Amino acid sequence: MKKSNELLAETRDVQLTLRGRRVLDQVDLAVHRGEIVTLIGPNGAGKSTLVRVLLGLMKPDHGSVYLRPGVRIGYMPQRLLIDPVLPLTVRRFLTLGRPCSETRLQGVLQEVGAAALLEAPIQNTSGGELQRILLARALLRDPDLLILDEPVQGVDITGQLDLYRLISRIRDRLDCGILMVSHDLHLVMATTDRVVCLNRHVCCSGHPQDVSSDPAYLALFGASPGLALYTHRHNHHHDIHGHVVPAEEQERGGPGRG
Amino acid sequence: MDDFVLRALLAGIGVAVAAGPLGAFVVWRRLAYFGDTLAHSALLGVALGFLFDANVTVAIVVVCLLLALLLVMMQRQQRLASDTLLGIMSHGALALGLVVLAFMEGLRMDLLGYLFGDILSVTRGDIVWILATGLLVLAGLALIWRPLLADTVHEELARVEGVAVVPARLGFMLLLALFIAVSMKVVGILLITSLLIIPAATARHFARTPEQMALIASLIGCLAVSGGLLASLQWDLPAGPAVVLVAALFFLVSFGWRRGD
Repeated sequence: MKKSNELLAETRDVQLTLRGRRVLDQVDLAVHRGEIVTLIGPNGAGKSTLVRVLLGLMKPDHGSVYLRPGVRIGYMPQRLLIDPVLPLTVRRFLTLGRPCSETRLQGVLQEVGAAALLEAPIQNTSGGELQRILLARALLRDPDLLILDEPVQGVDITGQLDLYRLISRIRDRLDCGILMVSHDLHLVMATTDRVVCLNRHVCCSGHPQDVSSDPAYLALFGASPGLALYTHRHNHHHDIHGHVVPAEEQERGGPGRG
Repeated sequence: MDDFVLRALLAGIGVAVAAGPLGAFVVWRRLAYFGDTLAHSALLGVALGFLFDANVTVAIVVVCLLLALLLVMMQRQQRLASDTLLGIMSHGALALGLVVLAFMEGLRMDLLGYLFGDILSVTRGDIVWILATGLLVLAGLALIWRPLLADTVHEELARVEGVAVVPARLGFMLLLALFIAVSMKVVGILLITSLLIIPAATARHFARTPEQMALIASLIGCLAVSGGLLASLQWDLPAGPAVVLVAALFFLVSFGWRRGD
C-alpha cells in the first residue's frame, strides 16, 4: 500500500487574509512520503497558519488543499497549556483521541523516551517531556503524515538535537512524510530533506545547504547565524530526566559529531 | 421528618448530583462567568414565559440557549475582551428581566424566590422536573463526555483527530441551560453558578482523574445541600444561601487541608 515518494499533502496557490492582513500569499507546499520538509520563517510569517490550512482547521480564501485520500495525520500542536484544575495523567492524555492497547502505549512512550511518565500528572512534566508526550500522541495515530509545529519549543539545545534525531528515526521507521515548523535552519539542517522559507509567501525552497546561502534567506535571517558554528563535543547523552546515557552511534548524521 | 423538608432534600440532591459533572466542565473550560451570564438571563426567560403565557421552564431554556449562541458569536470579535462582553450581557440581561417583570401589571410573583431560590416550597411537580432534568443532564453528559474532554484539553488536536467538537459544545450548552432552568428554584439565579463551581473546585483537591473529580463534586454538592438545609431549619437561615455557604466552607477546609500536607 505504501508507495515511496507518493504525494501526501499539498497546498496550491493558497491565499488567506485575516483581519485585513494578507497572511498567506500564493503558497505552494508539498509533502511526500519519506521526506522531512521544514518550514522556517520569522515570527508572524504565517507558518502556523499554513499548517492549520493544511490540516483543514482554516479555510483559505483562494487556492486549494489536497490531502491523499485516507491519509492519517499525526499532529503536534505548538502549545499545550492544560489548566492544573483538570486532573489528567499522561496515560489519559494519550488516549483522549481514541483508546489503545497497553503494549502500544508503552511502546510509543518508550520510542520517544518518556516511558517513566505514563502515570504522571501531565501538568508536572517539563517542557522537553511535554514535547515528547505530544509527539507520542501524534505517533499513536499511526500516521502517514506527521505535522509538527515547533516540536523543540522550550527544549534546551542538546535536547533539541536529540529530538530532531528522534524525528528523523521515526521517519525511517514509519516511512511517513514529516512537515515541521522551525525557527532555526541550522539546527534542523542535518535532519531535513527540504526547507521551505516562508514570509507570507514562499521566499525560497530547496535543499537546506542551498537555502542557507540563498539571497532571499539571507535577507530574512541575516548572514551570520549565531548557531552555525555549533560543535558538539558531548560524549554521552542525557535522557529527559537528566540521567547520563552512553553515546549511541547509530543516528544518521547527527550534526557536530565527526 | 416533615414532608416539605423531604421534598427540599430530594430537590436539592437532584440538583447537586447533576451539578457535579456539569460544574467540573464549567471549571475546566473556565466558564464560571459564562454560566453566571446564562443564569442571569433566566429571569428574562421567566418574564417572557409569563408574557406569552408559555411554560416558564421552556422559556428559560430558550432564552439561555439564544444568549449562549449570541455570546459564542460575539466572542469571535476581537475588539472587546471576553469578560467585558460577559459583564455587559450578564447585567444587561438581568436588568432587562427585572424591567419586563415590573411592566407586567397584575402579575403577583415572588421575585425574591427567583433571585435567591425557595427550596422549602418545592412541589411534587418541581421534584419530578428536577429529577427528570438531572437524569437527562447526566445521560447527555455521558454521551458527549469523551469529545467534550478532548476538546477541553486541546481543541485543534481534537479536531485533527476527527473529534466532533461542535456538536459536543452545543450539547453542553443545552445541558447547562436546562440545568439553570430547573435549579433556579433551589438556589435562585444569583447563586446557581456557585453550586456548579464550588463543589467542583473543592473536589479537585481529592481527584486524580476527570471522572473522579465529577463524582466527588456531586458528593460534595449533596453534602452541602444537606448541611445547608439542616442549618436553615436549625437557625432559621434562608435555605439557598445557607447551602452555598456550607459549600464554600467545604472549599475553605479542603484548601487548608491540602496546603497543610
